[in-house]
Order: sequence, then C-alpha cells, then structure tokens
Amino acid sequence: MTFMETAGKTLDEILTLAAAHFKVPREQLSPDEDFFKALRIDSLQTLDLLTKLENHFRVELPDYELQGVTDFRTLATKIQARL
Amino acid sequence: MLSAKQCKGQALSWQVQGGVIELALHREPCNELGSLSLVEFEKFASALDDLEKDAHTLILYSELKCGFCAGADLRELYQQSQTRGKLQASRGVRDFLERIHRVLNRIDSAPLTTIAAVHGVTFGGGFELALACDLIIADKMARFCFPELRLGLIPGFGGIPRLKRDLGNAFVRDLLLTGRSVNATKAQQVGLVSQVVSEGEALRAARATAAQVGKFDRQTSLTAKRFIKPIPLDELRKEIDIFCELFARSAVQAGLKRFVESTDAQPYLP
Repeated sequence: MTFMETAGKTLDEILTLAAAHFKVPREQLSPDEDFFKALRIDSLQTLDLLTKLENHFRVELPDYELQGVTDFRTLATKIQARL
Repeated sequence: MLSAKQCKGQALSWQVQGGVIELALHREPCNELGSLSLVEFEKFASALDDLEKDAHTLILYSELKCGFCAGADLRELYQQSQTRGKLQASRGVRDFLERIHRVLNRIDSAPLTTIAAVHGVTFGGGFELALACDLIIADKMARFCFPELRLGLIPGFGGIPRLKRDLGNAFVRDLLLTGRSVNATKAQQVGLVSQVVSEGEALRAARATAAQVGKFDRQTSLTAKRFIKPIPLDELRKEIDIFCELFARSAVQAGLKRFVESTDAQPYLP
C-alpha cells in the first residue's frame, strides 16, 4: 500500500470512528470540515475523541501536537506520523 | 444525611454494603473540587472512623458521564481571588490546601484497601484524588493529566509527592513539564493503573477486586499496606508552601482569568 493509500485509509477510519462515537451520519462528515462544528463537541468530548483515536490506532497523540488542528485531514496526517 | 452508614450529599454520596464503602462523586459539570465538595469530603473523612469498622475496601467512583473528576474548581478559585484582597486570597488558598490535604492523607492512610475506579477526565485534583488510593482501575476511555503548569502553578493536592512515590521520575517529569494528557493504556504501561477495562466497566471491576480483597485477613492487609505505602508527609507539606508561593504571583491570576474566560475548544491545554 502506498503512503497516499495508507493516509486515505487513516482518514476514512477517523471519519467512521468519529461518526459512530458521536452518533453523526458518516456521510455528513467531510475530510476538510471543522470537526468541532461538525461533531458539535466541547473540550471534554474532544478528549474522548483523542482517546478513541489513540486506542483505535494504538498510538500516543500528545495534546500539544493537536493544538490548532480543527479538520479531519490534518488530524489524519498527525496520526499517520505516529503509525 | 440518612445515617452514618449512608449519606447523600450535593457533591458526593456514600454507602457501605458487604464490607465495601462506595463513595460516589456527582457534582456537575465534572466533579470540580471546590468549597462544597471539600465540606462534604471532610464529612466523609470524619465518618470514615465509623465506616471502616465494618469495611475492608473503599471504592471511589464518579456517577457523571464526563469522567472521574476534572480537578480543582478554577472558576471558584478565580472568583475568590477577585473578590478578596491579595493577602486574604492567599490565606484562603492555604486554608483550602491544608484541609484537602488532611482529607487526602486520611484516605491515603485509611486502614482499608482503597480503589479509584476511573473513567473519562481524571485531571489535576481528580488525578490527585485517585493517586491517594491504593489501586487505580481505569476504563479504556480514562485520561490523566496535570495541567497546572499552564496556570503558572504546580499540582496542589499532593500530586507530585504521590506520583514520585508510585512512579519513575522521568514519567513524572513528562506529565508535569509537558502538561500532556495520557490514556489508560499508557498509564498502565508506566505502572500507574493496575487494571484497564472496557468502557463503563471500571466500577464492576473495582467491586470484583473488593470481593477478592475481602478474602484476606484485614490486619495482614493493613500491615502490608503500611509497609509498602508510606505517606510522604514532608514533601506534601513542602508542596503546599511552593503552591502558595507560586499562587501569589500575578501570572497565576492572568492564567486563571484566561482559563475562566476561554471559549477555546481545548482550554485545558497550555
């Protein structure tokens, strides 16, 4: 699998996981969307998302690396860098 | 209050059943530790003398979905620092710390096996409350963090001495100096958490552990606990002094103001 394919898979998994956890239809989420708005989550729920992602991908994502990250695509690149 | 064996407060409730004291936290939004919680924790600490006669285990858990405890009530701390003069605010903080330390030291040294069953946010003072317990059982959505440095403070409820007691210094530095949060799996890897269980299963696992604990001779368990788990009293006292020294700086007031007024999605981050 190429890097682009792997990155695409990671992004897809993030979208599916976020949709399932926050009970939002998967088709309503797009890669470049602001996930705070799309998922309507507050700071505590953001931590939930972070934990879900860490558990799913078996990675550690320090909070400060995600500071300022608001869209799913950038989130996927941050996770990809730790796989 | 119903009786000494059972109490329903605004921030916490407790009951004893089958040799197990269960202390439930339930103050919205996420069990922030302020004046109200402190008064009820003090009542619990006083009641422990009687409760522990019929018990071998104490389980602490949260009834709230958001998590175990988000730590000190920073909004209350900020409001009090605004309405009181500087000297009075400093005295108020010291008094609060002295009192919460007495409660946590009482839980830490209780002649029982103590278990924190945690999920979700276990931050700052909430993390310190869990650290006072003998065992931490975490569901896999639990998250631990000491975000105090973002305010120009150190943890003030005994966090550093108790972390130092339990863990390697390198990981303590990582948690403190970066202020990052870690999940339950990481916390288990470093020896902080004894069991990681599925989402929503921490209390059930804590009850199963309590049933196991109850099989042993209580005096033997207590002797083992006292041998292996000394209370770092000198360092705890020093922590209060350092916290108060830092609290007097204007940077802390600015940090508290920033936090209270923040509309950021991640206000807990430095």
